[in-house]
Amino acid sequence: MEKYVQIENASMVFSTKKGKFTALTDINLNVQQGEFIALIGHSGCGKSTLLNLVAGLLDATDGVLLLANREIKGPGPERGVVFQNHSLLPWLTAFENVYLAVEKVFGGSESKAQLKARTAATLELVGLTHAADKLPGEISGGMKQRVGIARALAMEPKVLLLDEPFGALDALTRAHLQDELMKIVAATKSTVIMVTHDVDEAVLLSDRIVMMTNGPAATIGEILSVDLPRPRERLKLAHDPHYHDLRSNVLEFLYSRQMRPKEAA
Amino acid sequence: MNAVTLNERSLSDVMDAPATVALATQKPPALPGVTAPVRRTPFLETETGKRLIEGTTNLFKNAIPPLLGMLLFVALWALIANTNKSIPGPIETWASAVELFSDPFYKNGPNDMGIGWNILNSLYRVAIGFGAAAAVGIPLGFMIGRFDFLNRMTAPIISILRPVSPLAWLPIGLLVLQKAEPASIWVIFISSIWPMVLNTAAGVQRIPQDYMNVARVLNLSEFKVFTKILFPAVLPYVLTGVRLSIGVAWLVIIAAEMLTGGVGIGFWVWDEWNNLNVAHIIIAIFVVGIVGLLLEQVLMLIAKRFNYE
Repeated sequence: MEKYVQIENASMVFSTKKGKFTALTDINLNVQQGEFIALIGHSGCGKSTLLNLVAGLLDATDGVLLLANREIKGPGPERGVVFQNHSLLPWLTAFENVYLAVEKVFGGSESKAQLKARTAATLELVGLTHAADKLPGEISGGMKQRVGIARALAMEPKVLLLDEPFGALDALTRAHLQDELMKIVAATKSTVIMVTHDVDEAVLLSDRIVMMTNGPAATIGEILSVDLPRPRERLKLAHDPHYHDLRSNVLEFLYSRQMRPKEAA
Repeated sequence: MNAVTLNERSLSDVMDAPATVALATQKPPALPGVTAPVRRTPFLETETGKRLIEGTTNLFKNAIPPLLGMLLFVALWALIANTNKSIPGPIETWASAVELFSDPFYKNGPNDMGIGWNILNSLYRVAIGFGAAAAVGIPLGFMIGRFDFLNRMTAPIISILRPVSPLAWLPIGLLVLQKAEPASIWVIFISSIWPMVLNTAAGVQRIPQDYMNVARVLNLSEFKVFTKILFPAVLPYVLTGVRLSIGVAWLVIIAAEMLTGGVGIGFWVWDEWNNLNVAHIIIAIFVVGIVGLLLEQVLMLIAKRFNYE
């Protein structure tokens, strides 16, 4: 069992005006190459904070984070991030948004034509060739999020980090994008860490579900292995008793053992 | 005041709309007589016809309230002119304006030049003073927005200097620069710089953290961060500052020229007051207003082009 992403005794303390706030404590997690991990928990439990630690957008107060045996120091293009609200630059077209990332990562070693071909290929992968020249303001929320995914994928990252990528989308679009993400991940064999608050999404997509306890001082409560065979189909799974067992495991953790604290809004 | 105008407008919208539609639908009977006996869709029921009706309706809806407003304004003016004989009425002023604008670019020595020269001279001063203010104010705003230390350092000075009446700067300008021309440009500079500094700084401070996170994840160089993220994100704020500034500059130039003299629309107003030519003063008021409106509209158009939200 090869450890690709290693998180050892990580903790995160924020200094706020009211004093120190411990968001995460004692986090230990190993992710294998090609594994799909879902981080789930109530809002405010620090799952996005954990993702930001891996992304390098935050520095852990304590503990060590490693990617392929190298310490994570600051953000870098080998960890592609898909943000919750797509975070596309509104003055650049879909193509230009992706190209910005491609140029940064491969600009030193490839010609302009190759960079453009790479960008076009990634947009094709997420099915957006027709919208390449549109500005983010001219396309739907689901399409924007697909551009966001394309931007992260185009960098050929070692790890793909998704921060509630489908949270802002309607249920039908979300289901559609989940299916596409499964196909893309199967094709690219990406290692993925995804933050979600959607139990179905976690069970459908991931190999392991990391369930987090409530904050402050949140930590990993339980890890559930999802041993459903791939490729998975949501319609067939709807009648699969094992799927429902896994689902109720997660629900039971979230709603009976980790009741949402009253004060947390 | 606002509420009243709004009501008047919506009232006239309601009143005008049905009338125009009725007017337009009365036309179709005339058409079939002209065309061949074959039954054709009447023109006004075709797509083009419907668009024509809609276009005319909209035109009336949009044109009538402002026209009505202008008409009331002119009527009020005529009424005042009628009771106070020293103020020329609309017709008298119009005749005077036609005469004035029939030869806008004559030159009879430095104290008697056409209205066109006066406007161009004022615009030239505004352009220099305002251009210098932009060249200094926008980069300064970027730095104040980017570095909190600089922000705290300059905040008290800006707070004190900003509310100062523009003309209070004139004596300092005259003292240091010795001449009237650069002094009035200095007044434009110092009074129009603040909106650009403050808006640019606010724009930089309000860049969404998401964009900066993108920059960090992609590891973009400082140059790319500036050209691809900072500059386009702040541009709408900069343009708002520029628009406010040019309004201020145009307000101030009239007053400054009244005091400093020379060729310019402001001094021209003062000159005509000394000549007791009230019609020309009223024309000057309209000219100043229209030029100011045009400057603002041009900048609005530019700002629209760079708004992505």
